[in-house]
Amino acid sequence: MSSTGKEPVAVVGVGQTRHAAARRDVSLAGLVREAALRALEDAGADWADIDAVVIGKAPDFFEGVMRPELYLADALGAVGKPMLRVHTAGSVGGSTALVAANLVAARVHRTVLTLAFEKQSESNAMWGLSLPVPFQQPLLAGAGGFFAPHVRAYMRRTGAPDHIGAVVACKDRRNALKNPYAHLHEEDITLEKVRSSPMLWDPIRYAETCPSSDGACAMVLTDRTGAGRAPGPAAWVHGGAMRSEPTLFAGKDAVSPRAGSDCAADVYRQAGITDPRREIDAVEMYVPFSWYEPMWLENLGFAEPGEGWRLTESGATALDGDLPVNPSGGVLSTNPIGASGMLRFAEAALQVRGRAGEHQVKDARTALGHAYGGGSQFFSMWLVGDRPPAG
Amino acid sequence: MSDDRPNGAAGAGGSREVAVVAFAQSDHVRRADGLSEAEMLLPVVREVLDRTGLDTERLGFVCSGSSDYLAGRPFSFTMALDAVGAWPPVSESHVEMDGAWALYEAWVKLLTGEADTALVYSWGKSSGGDLPEVLTRTLDPYYLAPLWPDSVAVAGLQTRALLDAGITDERELAGVAARSRNAAAANPRAQLRSSPPPEELLADDYLAEPLRRHDLPPVTDGAAAVVLAAGDTARELCARPAWIRGMDHRIEAHSPGVRDLTDSPSTRLAAERAGLFDEGAPAPDTAELHAPFTAQEVILRRALRLGEDTVVNPSGGALAANPVMAAGLIRIGEAADRVLRGTSRRAVAHATSGPWLQHNLVAVVEADEAASAPGTDGGADAAQAREESR
Repeated sequence: MSSTGKEPVAVVGVGQTRHAAARRDVSLAGLVREAALRALEDAGADWADIDAVVIGKAPDFFEGVMRPELYLADALGAVGKPMLRVHTAGSVGGSTALVAANLVAARVHRTVLTLAFEKQSESNAMWGLSLPVPFQQPLLAGAGGFFAPHVRAYMRRTGAPDHIGAVVACKDRRNALKNPYAHLHEEDITLEKVRSSPMLWDPIRYAETCPSSDGACAMVLTDRTGAGRAPGPAAWVHGGAMRSEPTLFAGKDAVSPRAGSDCAADVYRQAGITDPRREIDAVEMYVPFSWYEPMWLENLGFAEPGEGWRLTESGATALDGDLPVNPSGGVLSTNPIGASGMLRFAEAALQVRGRAGEHQVKDARTALGHAYGGGSQFFSMWLVGDRPPAG
Repeated sequence: MSDDRPNGAAGAGGSREVAVVAFAQSDHVRRADGLSEAEMLLPVVREVLDRTGLDTERLGFVCSGSSDYLAGRPFSFTMALDAVGAWPPVSESHVEMDGAWALYEAWVKLLTGEADTALVYSWGKSSGGDLPEVLTRTLDPYYLAPLWPDSVAVAGLQTRALLDAGITDERELAGVAARSRNAAAANPRAQLRSSPPPEELLADDYLAEPLRRHDLPPVTDGAAAVVLAAGDTARELCARPAWIRGMDHRIEAHSPGVRDLTDSPSTRLAAERAGLFDEGAPAPDTAELHAPFTAQEVILRRALRLGEDTVVNPSGGALAANPVMAAGLIRIGEAADRVLRGTSRRAVAHATSGPWLQHNLVAVVEADEAASAPGTDGGADAAQAREESR
């Protein structure tokens, strides 16, 4: 299981679309090209420099196109090249980046374009996520109906006060004001407004939920040689992992799933991280409902069990705190489902490249990108740094 | 940055070798009524794990391929994970593609050195809907899908192009159908296992001119699983690993208007990258081609430059059993299985995706060097392989 001999992987290009509830100005092809072209421009690369294309998105039903890589091959310059399409539920954007990174790490290809997208306005994702399947636990109305009991279980388990979720929602939406690509720009957001918004799935209020967005995110990944030729700084992959566990089984900890903590432990081991709270400078984690910030802080080892909410409450996770979480505004401000995971990975890369603009975390040298999906059962993460891995 | 490796696949990952060490497939049937996807998968996953003595905890990686559009619901692969028994949690991924591409992802994972073994599985339960209608949703959503050309109409266009170009005739296509289904007599898992002679087939009416019923694959429910292993681990897990000497895949343009439907340049390029045409390499004794429609076999034979020395689709191919999303993985499994059983020394496997053979994957699998050392009679093996298919 030695990792010696792997080619170091560098992120040299990042691009994303302007995200909105409905991008009626572009087709599916237009949407993905907007992100891909920005990533290529950032990398100083052209279509001819790309050896393979790896795309990801959540269910095909969301746009009504089965195996959309077939139709998108032309738009993404993949004709005559290998093209892969990953689908691992909500974690897919992260998984897609990892599959692309492995092509470089294994030296199968030198430079790979990876892209994830969702055009949610083509359908109704909430009902698309409400599975009317016999012999299965219903997801009720949308993902919120599934996750609300887990949030309540977290509150009971830890004694967290009611307002923590609102603190997260308010923080992430304020961060989004510094991110020109973000879907939601709520200039007048206040804690009180979040706390008085309608209750959707008790204890989750409307303002504590992610929007439905149209959007795409793309990255150019390359090897050591490619990084040397790139015009800008690179983010280097120091660790990456995926972990999965079944949807439902006796003894599952839905609040802090083992697949999540195992995945983080694997990434930290690869990257030589022993104290994530001190050694990681910025975190982009998948928080579709506000309470998932304190829950994942514990699951990922940034806080002791039961203490995640205290970290959030202390302001440590704010943009000017000592462990900024979702400086981009996160999933709570932008949620093209299939792309949401890749946005986390890409924003982590932007931080260590010093390219995050107004939401840049000062002196960020190590950042974690995190995504999850399904019934809190699929996890993908990577850790990127501003220097190549040792060796 | 554009200079890809001279041999994109075979040269990858330094010297790490990866092999198929076990393959299993379900009985392929028109309707697996009463079975969920997980229930369809469980026996084949069990079979490859039992055969290799592996369990979930020892697997380095798990990867699967399937389509929500067959299941008729989003995230359909999540429940299939139950067939694996993913506890403690597993390192796992999924492609919304044929399982052949799941195998490709797993192969890359093993090449990185991050894992030594991988379980790959896929399934297709097409009986839940009207498959030819469902497949119209794979087409360009703005210009093609609104016309609802079903998969039979799409294949008809390609067949017509091939006939008009004088590359094949209806007699040869009927021969492909008859040979494939008669070969499946030796494959107890196949769905269609015999055929009337070509002359009789040609007496049938057209279903959608120029296609007759025999030119079409059956609609199939089925599943398959493969275990991959690297280097010495592969040698520990089975007596005759089927080494993947090279594997590559290429996609073409989507619109039929910009393609030559009588040719498959993506298959040829993938084969070249996979080392099929390497100088000095012997012709494969076996080819498992993913050609759901008879005319596609003609195109693929030409693209892969297969001659008389190569037995094509001894399993019966997709014309004998076509579980969509698994049929490509099964081609790799069938080719590898012949190496595992000692009846093939060098085999080529092919998988396809999309309309008009848009996306193609080629893998070259070989027996250990030892099997071709002086003194062993490879010719006899090849002869036996040919015999099997008759």
